Amino acid sequence: MRTFTRRIAVLTAASLLAVACGGDGDAGDPTAADTGDDTATGAGDDAGDDETTDDGDDAAAGDRPAGQLDGAGATFPTPVFEEWIFTYTGDVNTDASINYQSIGSGGGIEQFLAETVDFGSSERVLSEEDLELAEEQRGCAPIEIPVVFGAVVMATVDPALDGLTLDANAIADIFERRITRWDDPALVELNPDLDLPDMDIIPVHRSDGSGTTSVFTKYLDADSDNWTLGEGTEVQWPAGTVGGQGNEGVSAGIEQNEGAIGYVNQAYAIELDLQTALVINADGNAVEPTLEATSAALATVEIPEDFRFDILGVGGDGYPIAGTNWIFAWECGYEAGTADLLKDFWSWAVEEGDDLALELGYAPLDDSVKPDALAAIERINSQE
Amino acid sequence: MSLGTEQRPFDPTDLRATGSARWADPLFRTISFAAGISVLLVLGLMIGSTTLDALPVFQYQGLVSFFTTSEWNAGSSRNELTGTYGAFAFIYGTLISSLIAIMIALPLSIAVSLYINRIAPKRFRTTLAYTVELLAAVPSVVYGLWGLLSFTPAVLLPVSRFLSGYLGDVPVIGRIFEGPVPNTNYFIAGNVLAIMILPIITAIAREVMAQTPADQIDAAYGMGATDWEVMRKVILRRSFPGIVGASMLGLGRALGETIAVAMLIGGQQRWGISIFFAGQSMAGHIASTFQDAAPETVNALIAVGVGLFVITVIVNMLARVLVWRIGRVAGDAAL
Repeated sequence: MRTFTRRIAVLTAASLLAVACGGDGDAGDPTAADTGDDTATGAGDDAGDDETTDDGDDAAAGDRPAGQLDGAGATFPTPVFEEWIFTYTGDVNTDASINYQSIGSGGGIEQFLAETVDFGSSERVLSEEDLELAEEQRGCAPIEIPVVFGAVVMATVDPALDGLTLDANAIADIFERRITRWDDPALVELNPDLDLPDMDIIPVHRSDGSGTTSVFTKYLDADSDNWTLGEGTEVQWPAGTVGGQGNEGVSAGIEQNEGAIGYVNQAYAIELDLQTALVINADGNAVEPTLEATSAALATVEIPEDFRFDILGVGGDGYPIAGTNWIFAWECGYEAGTADLLKDFWSWAVEEGDDLALELGYAPLDDSVKPDALAAIERINSQE
Repeated sequence: MSLGTEQRPFDPTDLRATGSARWADPLFRTISFAAGISVLLVLGLMIGSTTLDALPVFQYQGLVSFFTTSEWNAGSSRNELTGTYGAFAFIYGTLISSLIAIMIALPLSIAVSLYINRIAPKRFRTTLAYTVELLAAVPSVVYGLWGLLSFTPAVLLPVSRFLSGYLGDVPVIGRIFEGPVPNTNYFIAGNVLAIMILPIITAIAREVMAQTPADQIDAAYGMGATDWEVMRKVILRRSFPGIVGASMLGLGRALGETIAVAMLIGGQQRWGISIFFAGQSMAGHIASTFQDAAPETVNALIAVGVGLFVITVIVNMLARVLVWRIGRVAGDAAL
């Protein structure tokens, strides 16, 4: 009896060990494949095969390509990306499965360059250094395509600050603690109609590295002579400001600190119905941050062939603090099925995704830019 | 069913396996050896690879400068180091928030332990003990969110502003309580940390207190000691080394706590004397910024991680020494 029990124990242990080893092997696979050239295509291919075997269930998908896509990158467009994916895989192409991981712009660039994902996404274009590295690695150029835009708004809570107007220099001075009180003469001059409160200003910024910070600091760096902190997804804010983790952290900071002002993503501000400040643009017009004003800002920007541009020096009716979200894909090296799905999904998003984007507080591509964007999407996998 | 065999403690032949089952012992020994070694191996690899990644940053910034200056400017390069990496602000934030946490959690834990072990009605004891331990099961991000959205505006912020208002103008110590009081700061992070480390300290403290010999307690009562005197002079005195050890474990957890602290400590790459300063901790800074960090900054963040490891090891070693010394002193006193 005992020997039998013991034998079972040994067998169990051995099989557990085997399972553990097997698990290791599986887990090791993708990382091992990372170093290879066509990881992404491999993953897409497998899923494609799975899908086609039980294709009979849903003939509704029509002639759109089946398969699986993996993408990773910026957190800033996540809501709209998720909505697009949900609608596309749910209604338009039920044979497709698309997975987007919002790991941050930096992560998006890294994963894209490491070729672990089919497409990357970021609020900044690839640096020259990254482009060189990419070409060297894959043997063809990465394509950078703008897909959606978003503004960054200045939010406050105090009702006395409703209708507040700021310009780039005032924002720079507030966030660098040179203007520390709401009744500062510089602010009074900008807001002759407001009775500004006799109160300390507490500037609230993002404490995590974020595209929102990148858009905000890029604007200040370009449009204000007073700004000294440079630009980036994180900068060293001066003492006396408060950091918040994510949009939620910033909005908590704005609500809980008397006299606070913070910057958040426009989509988030619209969702929470936050009180926002007007910002004076390059033509001297004070503009309220609405989606129309963001679209107007895009209209004033000259968009070059390679789509490497910044939304700066906005005039007219445009709201001046806005940023672009790009997706990255390769000109070569995809398995045919993956490339077809990639092209189909993003063409669909550019052509049909406007309403979903607007609903969520993002500005879609202008109609005049769309043909160029679609042409760029067609370049995916064009080199063999 | 003979009574004689039933009463034998065991049949020696049952112990000896036959056939292939003889391999059970060596196989088991190999498996457990592998399990034991793998822990060391993983730790060794972790230290090795992180130190290797961090080394260029230490060389570029200088070891002393990395640990003592507080200018942190993340660079954005792929192949070389271009930023400025001084981690003192984060080190200070980690230490001060953990210190605040332990100063609040320790007395509270002792009180809770004494109450559960000695004062609470017997039928509530298990429930109470279980409830305290349940606190340890709450995920850290939930503490962070709750702290940020409920506990801070309802309790901590008014308390902070009251403290700052009353003590901020006192000479010398006023510096520590200086305003303004933002909604996230060292003090608020420390308070929520205190709640998070309370279960582990309480659990160990209760265990240690329960070890007090009953005859010593009875003897104290017999000599006319009151409940309070028994607790203070018998139980607490005997359990002191254990409680110190428990608080060191709690401190270890506080030093490494990440998400809740990142949400509550202030998110600023600066440091200040006031406990109401919005700063940043080492783990918090890593968690906040690694997602969007350029390759060179990732290395710098790994260097911060190595720094945190070093500090945790130092604190643990100090704790060992402290427990050992106090153990000796208290042991002598107990004799």
